[in-house]
Order: sequence, then structure tokens, then C-alpha cells
Amino acid sequence: MMDLHSQTLTQLKDGLGRGDFSSLELTQALLDRIAAHGEELNAFITVMRDAALENAKQADAARAGGNAGVLNGLPIVHKDIFCTRDVLTTCGSRMLENFVSPYDATIVERMAAAGAVVLGKTNMDEFAMGSSNETSYFGPVKNPWDHERSPGGSSGGSAASVAARLSPAATATDTGGSIRQPAALTNTVGFKPTYGRVSRYGMIAFASSLDQAGVITRSAADAALLLGVMAGFDERDSTSIDHPVPDYVAGLDGSLKGLRVGIVRQHFDDGLDDATGKAVREALAVLEAQGASLTEVDLPNLDYCVPTYYVVAPAECSSNLSRFDGVRFGHRAEDPQDLLDLYCRSRGEGFGAEVKRRIMTGTYVLSAGYYDAYYLKAQKVRQLVSDDFSRAFENVDVIAGPTTPTPAFKLGDKTDDPITMYLNDIYTIGANLAGLPAMSTPCGMVDGLPVGLHLVGPHWAEESLLRTSHQFQQQTDWHAQCPEAYQ
Amino acid sequence: MNAAWEVVIGLEIHNQLATESKIFSGASTAYGAEPNTQACLVDLGYPGVLPVLNEEVVRRAVKFGLAVNANVSPRSIFARKNYFYPDLPKGYQISQFELPIVEGGELTIKDADGNDKRIGITRAHLEEDAGKSIHEGHDRSTRIDLNRAGTPLLEIVSEPDLRSAKEAVDYLRKIHTIVRYLEISDGNMQEGSFRCDANVSVRPRGQEELGTRTELKNLNSFRFIEKAINFEIERQIELIEDGGTVVQETRLYDSDKDETRAMRSKEEANDYRYFPDPDLLPVEISADYIEAVRATLPELPAAKQQRFVDDYKLKSDDANILTSSRAVADYFEAAMDASDASPQVVANWIIGELSGALNKDGLDIDASRVSAEDLARLVNRIADNTISGKIAKEVFEAMWAGEGSADDVIESRGLRQITDSSAIEAAVDKVIADNPDQVAEYKGGKDKLMGYFVGKVMQETQGKANPGQVNKMLKDKLGS
Repeated sequence: MMDLHSQTLTQLKDGLGRGDFSSLELTQALLDRIAAHGEELNAFITVMRDAALENAKQADAARAGGNAGVLNGLPIVHKDIFCTRDVLTTCGSRMLENFVSPYDATIVERMAAAGAVVLGKTNMDEFAMGSSNETSYFGPVKNPWDHERSPGGSSGGSAASVAARLSPAATATDTGGSIRQPAALTNTVGFKPTYGRVSRYGMIAFASSLDQAGVITRSAADAALLLGVMAGFDERDSTSIDHPVPDYVAGLDGSLKGLRVGIVRQHFDDGLDDATGKAVREALAVLEAQGASLTEVDLPNLDYCVPTYYVVAPAECSSNLSRFDGVRFGHRAEDPQDLLDLYCRSRGEGFGAEVKRRIMTGTYVLSAGYYDAYYLKAQKVRQLVSDDFSRAFENVDVIAGPTTPTPAFKLGDKTDDPITMYLNDIYTIGANLAGLPAMSTPCGMVDGLPVGLHLVGPHWAEESLLRTSHQFQQQTDWHAQCPEAYQ
Repeated sequence: MNAAWEVVIGLEIHNQLATESKIFSGASTAYGAEPNTQACLVDLGYPGVLPVLNEEVVRRAVKFGLAVNANVSPRSIFARKNYFYPDLPKGYQISQFELPIVEGGELTIKDADGNDKRIGITRAHLEEDAGKSIHEGHDRSTRIDLNRAGTPLLEIVSEPDLRSAKEAVDYLRKIHTIVRYLEISDGNMQEGSFRCDANVSVRPRGQEELGTRTELKNLNSFRFIEKAINFEIERQIELIEDGGTVVQETRLYDSDKDETRAMRSKEEANDYRYFPDPDLLPVEISADYIEAVRATLPELPAAKQQRFVDDYKLKSDDANILTSSRAVADYFEAAMDASDASPQVVANWIIGELSGALNKDGLDIDASRVSAEDLARLVNRIADNTISGKIAKEVFEAMWAGEGSADDVIESRGLRQITDSSAIEAAVDKVIADNPDQVAEYKGGKDKLMGYFVGKVMQETQGKANPGQVNKMLKDKLGS
């Protein structure tokens, strides 16, 4: 029998179904791995050892009783942005260092109801603001491919734990690329659904109009399996959309013959590392060989995506993070002299530098006299970006390109220059601005570091993206590669 | 009031909509619960929670819009009003800013000369209420009660069309009556369900440009509103006449001292950084929905008053009093259904005896100890000459005290009017015989003594003689 940790979620599901092993054995094996490797990677903020073992026993009992849910007994990890009842939920911040959530996020609830066993909560950039995991109050996560490098962010802990085979799958969130960029930098599959596909209830808000929950997995098939459980309307989230949830796993099969793949010329311009570009072009050739046709498409407002994002996202975050005021929960300054002192010190001590930077930027762009020039203008550009995608999707089924301009960068490399850091999300942000489904799938290696192929589809094109990725994975084995130390 | 100055007043009313649950959560809105027992995670602004709009709140706002002849916006937007305060859990209040649900309404009040005057309603928008900060009685600390956080409010903003404190109060009473007619709010001012801020300015009569305004807060009774506005008008006029200038600021009314005092100036005002709330979709209201709501509207106070005047021939003022609340109007109409008496007589009884008794016992008309039907039967007994109006008051008091119906009281107390002429004649004869001096004076031309004789006869009959018969018989006997 293969080592349990080296199997994909789909393989583990089959193994549990056949009775090759129990959820308890599987959970124990992975907890042992987390105990052995979790600290060196700093991938976890909380390991839920006792609860996981207990839930694994219950899952085994449910299966024995003929009540196995879709994810029965399958171990997963949650990004620490999702509220988990009676469990620490920190969002990577000192502000919530001691916050034990009194309730479960909708996706946490749905996955638990399907029988999943949660191993722990993963490290992340503070309040999901960052692209390197270095803004976490709990310290940066290390990239399993090279401990000196960043796993990307903000879902760095989720990506690293899957890449290092500490968990077969992880939940994650994506506001500007926070699922796809770390997936690309760690050789995992990162899937961000259409805005409104998955409930945001219980997911601590960064930028509400951009945030979307998704998954980081080892394969497209695994992503399809999880998405089927997470997706669907939630009456507790007014922005979730009541749209039928197809059988994503069944949708994986089918040829790519006739698939129209759009290529954006600017994606291959100066900003892209040569070797990364080469890997992506080779991946496109694989798709072509499978019957897809490549067409050039134009996204004329692409250059405005990053600046637009850095107006809209901070504006929303400046308001969303106002609730962290030291009054009801979270960090509270010692011995406040008066109300202003309570606010200033609780927030000053509780938030890190990047979060403060964005709160200040957001407060500025919403201020009287600046609102029209920044926030309102950004909303208009956002609409133009969205229109660009709509036009492009009249002619193509999917837009493909690099997920990131370069492979994983060294920890500390970009921390002094927020703009360079922000540009790491240049290819991914458009999908958030337009609310489109998008994913990153492993497609090559550059000097031993993974490269991701970025796929973006029109609204509700989850199936077609997953199928494209899955069929690509039938012809390639990039996604199966694992850092030597974690095999 | 100073004839050289014109007063300009605009009102903002914060009206709690009496829905079962809050505007964005399922928590109860009931008043008076233990602090912080009616605040769920959404009201507390916990990390990760999201607001979901209560549809009943929208329906009530639409009702109000239709009742004041306003436009109900097919699309309105919830925005965030950002400011920090401990009783505002999220650090922002969800309100409506650029696109409110109701725009451009109106209603009619009476001006100083008693003529109809149209008052414009700029807008009415939905928002959530904040919690309460309790500063008193806790040393240096402040306590927070978030039960009220998330209670739905309809903020109703008038045009600056009001020209006196009296007009302002008239307008407020009209709005107050309408929201209770519509049953969208309990309008309870003591519990803060109906609160008002007043923007007050003065300008030299004839000047086009508005004077600098102050905003008066904390006005929670009609009486205080009138007093506060009048105080503020006098203050502003005196200030200007003494060579000063009015500063734009928020002023708090202190009802104990009957004065307003500065709370915060415009310079200290917050920049609220309004922007559309990304957690909520635009509120889209179809024409069909509006028509369906319109079909549920009750007869409104102005229409009902007019009908009472037209159909029942009531005096306009009386019709106004009877239609000041739906319950009173319903009581009147229920009484009319059971009554043979004239509508004005029934109205007089409600406005007079019944209102007096209700006030004395601090009861609403819904809790009246005398039902509309019983009151009607009492009035019927006057109309059919069973009792006199005077005796009827005694009967009413007995009914109020729980002695039964009008007929029960008349029987048990033996109050039936004497219409037997021989019995009346005996009393008349006795009075004439007992008062020879007065009879002589009367016959000598002192007509006014007739009242004295009638009184004496009524005394003889314990008030039960039919006054008309007594009068007639006395005149016959005394030969006038």
C-alpha cells in the first residue's frame, strides 16, 4: 500500500470506501506528519489533534453504519480565516490571537456535514493581506520546495501543507490571487470559484466584493470533489447566488477538442520571467495537442487592474476591519485612559504594518473630496475590466497564461517594497475584479521551483476550468511532483 | 414671535419600524429585555458575519412612501456610514445615502391662519439603529447595551418648509398618526420608537438665502419639541440682534432647564466615508410589488377625517380628534353602528366623557372599560328619552366602574326618566305650593325664575322627570 500521505484526496476517498484503511488510521498518520514537519514549515496556527481523532472515529462509525457522506473520513485543513466553533480563529493577526469563534463558517459546516475531518487551521498573511505570508503575526510560512523562499500568500499555510503532503487538501480564500499565487509557487492546484458560488458567511472579511472561498489541492479532481460540497446558495450571505451546483467530478471527463483557449499578449510581456514564460508556453502546446485551439485576445484595461484593486480592496478593508476596536472581542489594550486611547492602542498593537497601510489607504480613498477621484473612478475601471473579459469570452472558453511573473521569491526579498509585492498578483487580480472563476494548475519547473498555469473562465465556468485542468493533468505529471524532503 | 424674522425648520424623524426581528438579523426587537440578551452575532458585529435584509422592513418603508404620496425607488442602495463608537459594533452603520427607498413625498398641515399648507418630504430611508451607551451610575466606565443595535429605522426627512414650532409639531403629529395608522411602528416616544432632530434657522423676513442652522437633538416628546424649537428661535434671534452670528452646530435640548446647549460643532463633524455596502445587494422593487402593497393600505387619517365630516356631518375639529388614531376612529364607527343617536352626540361622548375617563385611568381606547357598543346603547337611552343627558353621565360612571350595561345601571339604580304626566304634575304642584314668593315674582315678570322651578321639580323627582315635560307643565300652570 502506498503511504497514506502521498495519496490524493480522490485516492483516499476510494481507499476509505474499499476499507483499505480507516479514517482514524489516516488521520493519525497525517497528524504524525504534521507533528514532524508542521513546525519547520510554520504552516499551522492551530493543530486540532484531539478533535480530529474524535471526528475520525465518528466518521468511521458513520461509514460502518452506512451513513458515509461525500467527504466521509477525509482529512482537510482550514485556512485560519474561516470561523470554526470553539476553535481559535486568528486570521493571522495579533488582533485575534485569542479569538475563539462561537460559530462555524458555512463552508466549515458543510464540509463537516459531509464527513470531513479537520486537522487544523493554517497560517496566512494577516487578514489575508499579503502575497508572501510574511505579514502573518505568527511568522512566515516556508515554501516546502525551498525553505528560504516564500510559499506565496495569503493562503501560504494551506498551500504549503498540501505541497508538503501534511494534508491532502485545504480550504483557502482569494481576494486578489491568494489561492492561485501560493498554489503556483508550491506546485499545487488552487481553485477560486465565481464570486457568489461559495458562501462568505463565517469567512473573516478582507474586501467583501472580491473575497471568495476556494480550495488548494493536489489535483483538479480533488478540487472538483471539494467544490461540490462547498458550493451553493446560503441564505446567510446575500451575495451568494442561487445557481444550480453541477456534479463537478462527473464534469471532469471529456475531450478538450474544440476548446477555445484565449492568450493575452500582455501576459507574456516584459514583466514575465523568461523561464516561467517558456514553461507556460509548453503547457499551452499540451492543450493544443489535446485538441484545443489558441487565439489571441485583448484585455485593454489589464494595466489598470492592480491600481484599481489597490483602491477597492483597501477601501472595503478599512471599513470591514473597523469592528476590531477592542470593545467586544479581540485584542484590547491594557488600562485604556479613555475611549480614544482604547481605540488607538488596541488597533495600533493588534494590527501589523501591512494591515495598517491598507486601512490608511482605504480611509484616504473614501474620504470626502477624494471619493470621486479614487473609489468611484476605481469602480468605473472595475466595470471596464469586467467588460473586457465579457468581450473576450465571446470568442474563447478559457483564458490561459502564467499565474505569477516568477517562481517563488526569497523570504524578505520584497518586504521593503510593497509595490513589487503587489505586482506579484498582476495576472490574478482581474478575475477578482470581474468575479470570474479562475485556477492555477502546476505546469512546469524552473530551477527546481514550480510554475503555475493560470486559467480564467466566464461566470459559472467552474466545470470547464476543472475539466481543462484535469485533462491537462492526464497528459502531464507536474502536479504529482513533490519536494524530495516531503515524499 | 418677532415679526422681523422668519423661522425655517426642517425635521428628521427616526422612526423604529415595529418588526418582530431586526433589519439585518433574526434577533428580536422587543423593548425592555435584559441588556445584551437580544443581540446575536450579526448585531454584535462578530468577525465573518453578514447582514441579510429583513423583507418586512422594505414592505413597511414602501407602505410609508405610498401613504405620503412619494416615489418608491425601483432600486435603492444600502451604504456604510463609517464612524467609531462603542455602541456601533461594526464601526459603521448600514444606512441609505445616495439612493434612498422613498423620495419626494408630501403632507398637508394647517398654517397659523388655519389654511392648508403643503409640507414636502425630501426622502425616507432605511437604516439600522445603534445600541445604547449608558454613562450614568457606573463611575468612570460606560456600559453598552446592544439590544437596540440593528433595530430597523425609517428616517423621514422633511423639506425646510416649516415656519414655526407649532407647524413643526403639527407635521410631526401627522407623521406620527400615519405611521401608527399604517401599523408600521408603535410610535412610542418614551421608548424611543419615534425620535426627532430639528434643523432650525432664522432669516430676516423677505430674505431668500437661508440663515445658518443648528441641529437640535434629543427631542422625545411633542411638548419638548415645541419648547426646544421656540427656545432655539429666541436664542438665535437674540444672538443676531446683539450682533452675534449663529454657528452651525449640534445642540442638545435639556428638558430640565428648558434650554439648548452646544454638543459639537461642524468642524468636529465626522467624515463618514459613505460607500455602498458590498455585503448587500441593491433593493429592487417592482411595480407589481408596489401595487400589491398599495392594496393593503388602510384609509389614511386625512381621508378618514374628510369622510367623517362629509358622511357624519361632524365638526371638522371633532373629526380631526376622532381620526387622530385608528383605534379612536374605529371606536367611533363601531359605536355609530350600534347607535340610533346623532353622530355628533356620539362624538361628543367619546371626546368628552370617554376620553376623560381614559385619561384619568391612563388607558388606551383599546383597553376602554366601556365598549363602543355599550356606549352606543347608553347614548340611545338619551335619544329615546329613557334618561336625561345629565343622568346619562351618572350611568356612564357606573358603567365605567363595572356595574354593567346602561340598561342594567338604569334598572338597578332606578334612573328611568319619569314621563308619567300625573307624577310630574304632582311634583310641579308641590313646587308651586311650596314657593309662593317666587311664583309671585315670576308672575310679576321675572322669567328667569323658570330655571329655579325646573330645578326644584327635578330635585323632587331625583332628576328623573323628563325636563321637556316639566318645562311645558310649569309654563302651563304658571300661565306665562
